[in-house]
Amino acid sequence: MTKEDRPAPAGGEPMIVIENLTKRFGPFTAVNNIGFSVARGEVLGFLGPNGAGKSTTMKMVTGFLAPTSGTARVCGHDIVTSTLAAQREIGYLPEGAPAYGDMTPRSFLQFIARVRRLSGRAADEAIERAADATELGGVLEQPIDTLSKGFRRRVGLAQAILHNPPVLIMDEPTDGLDPNQKFEVRKLIGRMAKDKAIVISTHILEEVDAICTRALIIDRGRVVADGTPGALMARSRYHNAVSITLGGQSTVEIANKLRNLPGIATIEVMPRGDETTFTLFPQAASESDTMLVDAVARLAREEHWHVRALYGEPGRLDEVFRSLTRSDTAKGKDAA
Amino acid sequence: MNELLAIFRRELAGYFATPLAFIFIVIFLFTMGAFTFYLGGYYESGQADLTIFFNFHPWLYLFLIPAISMRLWAEERRTGSIELLLSLPVPLWAAVLGKFLAAWAFSGIALALTFPMWITVNYLGDPDNGVILAGYIGSFFMAGGYLAIGSCLSAVTRNQVIAFVVSVAVCFLFTVSGLPIVTDFFASWAPQQVVSTIASFSFLTHFNAITRGVIDLRDVIYFVSLIATWLVACGIVVDMKKAG
Repeated sequence: MTKEDRPAPAGGEPMIVIENLTKRFGPFTAVNNIGFSVARGEVLGFLGPNGAGKSTTMKMVTGFLAPTSGTARVCGHDIVTSTLAAQREIGYLPEGAPAYGDMTPRSFLQFIARVRRLSGRAADEAIERAADATELGGVLEQPIDTLSKGFRRRVGLAQAILHNPPVLIMDEPTDGLDPNQKFEVRKLIGRMAKDKAIVISTHILEEVDAICTRALIIDRGRVVADGTPGALMARSRYHNAVSITLGGQSTVEIANKLRNLPGIATIEVMPRGDETTFTLFPQAASESDTMLVDAVARLAREEHWHVRALYGEPGRLDEVFRSLTRSDTAKGKDAA
Repeated sequence: MNELLAIFRRELAGYFATPLAFIFIVIFLFTMGAFTFYLGGYYESGQADLTIFFNFHPWLYLFLIPAISMRLWAEERRTGSIELLLSLPVPLWAAVLGKFLAAWAFSGIALALTFPMWITVNYLGDPDNGVILAGYIGSFFMAGGYLAIGSCLSAVTRNQVIAFVVSVAVCFLFTVSGLPIVTDFFASWAPQQVVSTIASFSFLTHFNAITRGVIDLRDVIYFVSLIATWLVACGIVVDMKKAG
């Protein structure tokens, strides 16, 4: 296979190159001609509603499903024509972290090590390293079936990173973990990010902000957005808006005073309990919000308002996500 | 080869990680003994050989072997571990063969544990141990044939019960295809060659030939090619499911 000259994405050489990847199940097109690449050092957050094609894409890249057309290259190995070579470079955590429940984590990892052609000292060290990184120490000798969801997920993670692969693909790595465990897994991913290309799929939008260097949203099998989390947030209508929360009920008077500030296009009022949040949208969306925040603060001081919070909005990822993906609602309509 | 060995070891250890292996072996040995001594009237026959014992093997295997083979692939599909297995750098043939060989080795262990039978006949009389050895070899090959069929049918579904029932049905056809129940049905209208071809697919025909103490190359070829065919079919089924 000849190596094509393609512009390397920021960060380094492309480790995963996906080209025109398509998967049809009968009449249903799960993944529709998508293409992107992931470079060393990147952590790609793969987002999309349920049924958008995230897992199907991951299953094709890891060689579990055969693409209907198109292909993916992992470290230069074509997943369709040299499947095994590509699979050797990949660590994969499938959805739901399946494992052999009757085995203990240690025997399970020993099995993975053997399949990955690690033996003797190298295998022992790899197992110890992976178990340390995922904090499995206490449960290594317990059957996987008897472990909690969080531990099972971590067994799956340990399996994926066992051979220190250059490419790591994880389908919902933090699903089912408690907040502390989520934090630890994110830290682990962050630590490994430097010299790997990592793809994670997730529903949790905060996760994208927390660990991903890039976010890719797919909907109905197509890529609908691709950029840094910051760039995606900039597409939100909340980007550069200013929110101020005041104690007391909303009054028309306050709303009018805020609306009359220079450069305000519209204003939204959200009463909640004994406080009210006013969100101010500037006329020119690209303008910096700091001036507007200053102006609102000055007004609040002059009027002696009881300010509980005042901040410039970076944009809301969930709102961008909703505006870009309509799979679920479209399907709901079809079904009705 | 490494991968084949890794799969084989994992699968074989898997039988013994749960009570399945012990329950299976106990029931296997118990029914073998009960059938031979009570149903078969072993003592009344007055023969110091294992013919009666081996005669029951096809019928016991018919139900016990699909119980081993039903989980081979269906279980992986149900728990989702098949996604893990097939995304590991394991050639498909190694996965298919590794699983089959582990199941075959397990049934071999169960079969070997019937050795008290052999001790008994040698204590009671002076049997032809060559014939007995041939019987064991034939029985082992026949178990492999049943397992290969069951392995393929287990790959078709994620439901172990379906895998079991369909395997029993197909194994039954392969067992009885040489008996009048099948040959009579064809004999009335099909040419003699067709009837004898169908009859030649019978496990019983080939197994009985071996248990008489003659290990004919044709019988061995029959079982080996039957196993190979079903395993190739198994690989094709697993690969087809990959294509979705």
